[in-house]
Amino acid sequence: MPHHRTDDLDELIACPVCDALYHARMPETGERVTCSRCHHVLIAPKEGAFLRVIALALTVMILMLGATFFPFLSIDAQGFSNAASVFDSALAFTDGGWMVALSFATAALIVLIPVLRAALVIYVLGPLAFGRKPWPGARAAFRWSEDLRPWSMAEIFVIGVAVALVKVSDLARVDYGPAFFMFAALVVVIVLQDGSMCRWTIWKTLEDKKSS
Amino acid sequence: MDHMEDAGRQEKLVSARRAGLVACTRCTRVWPAGTDVCGRCGSDLRSRDYRSLQRVWAWLTVGIICYIPANLYPMLRTRVLFTETESTIVEGALDLALHGAVGIALIIFIASVMIPVGKFIAIGWLAYSVAKPLTMEPHRRHKLYEFVEFIGRWSMIDVFVVAILSALVQLNVAAAINPGPAAFTFALSVIFTMLAAQSFDARMIWDTDEDPRAR
Ligand SMILES: [Zn+2]
Ligand SMILES: [Zn+2]
Repeated sequence: MPHHRTDDLDELIACPVCDALYHARMPETGERVTCSRCHHVLIAPKEGAFLRVIALALTVMILMLGATFFPFLSIDAQGFSNAASVFDSALAFTDGGWMVALSFATAALIVLIPVLRAALVIYVLGPLAFGRKPWPGARAAFRWSEDLRPWSMAEIFVIGVAVALVKVSDLARVDYGPAFFMFAALVVVIVLQDGSMCRWTIWKTLEDKKSS
Repeated sequence: MDHMEDAGRQEKLVSARRAGLVACTRCTRVWPAGTDVCGRCGSDLRSRDYRSLQRVWAWLTVGIICYIPANLYPMLRTRVLFTETESTIVEGALDLALHGAVGIALIIFIASVMIPVGKFIAIGWLAYSVAKPLTMEPHRRHKLYEFVEFIGRWSMIDVFVVAILSALVQLNVAAAINPGPAAFTFALSVIFTMLAAQSFDARMIWDTDEDPRAR
């Protein structure tokens, strides 16, 4: 078995999708290094990314607070009207016994997990952005944040809203509440936040700062 | 250090495993083969997770089992004045199409029927083809894997539609919409198939690419 010194291995990078091995090369800011076999993005650093990601994550948390509790949509038909918030939508399954589990799942997918991810990212990047040592548990926090990524479904919920509006339109008149626009903005901010994060840079910084 | 020089030459790709290394799939750091835990991010290290295939099959099976009642039981219970109608996933999509919203009906049909069924087949095929390599070229298998990973979550659309409608359309005697049991089993089916796709170790797709004798 070949023996490698751990320090030298630091110079290497293996594609997480196809296991192809490369010499890690820091690209120019704004450029990206991709795997030549499977085209997975390996390194994509951006100028001032940590601060920008933190700002975007804070925006996510604030928008989500508003989007959850302000009226989201309201309808009226034949003299009856009803307004629902995102929170109400998540709790729509509560009256059906075991369907309660679905309420919790919905609340988690569209509200709790996006907020939790934003909080974890702020916790991880906060000290790094100011050149400090990472806070305790930062590695676990970033692992969780990455594990939760596919389970953050705010953007899917927005498409669901569009479909629901079409279904309701022949039954009643629909009005948009302030939360509707907050939620739409929120989806854009989440996409921007994920796009600004270079995972490789964050992991490397966490490793380098830990030992210093 | 001959292996490292191999890795630097771009014309011939070498996998971390062939270089006697084990790669961390989370942070892309490599370690000497046999290392258990990644020193950079703390993840468990496995060069190839062959046991992952059992997890893939297990999640996939429960996913398919949950998908059956999801199509037989009603997804939505709609009451307008005194008439109550129940509709399954497919009926809901047909209903939209009959009301002229063909595009939206198509979205629901694709998200709730074509994507789930396509995912079952794709994940099953990937797991089967990795255990018993067939002639399908790695790049195409990889495309299939990327597609499954990307598209799977979007099946949740119909569950959210039911949630929004049930919260919004509560108009006393005029109209009310309530969720049916299929919303629950359908959500479970989506979650289980997502777990199946996540359990799959994509690196196995490429093992035949660099060493044809591995077949
Ligand atoms: Zn790759
Ligand atoms: Zn790692």
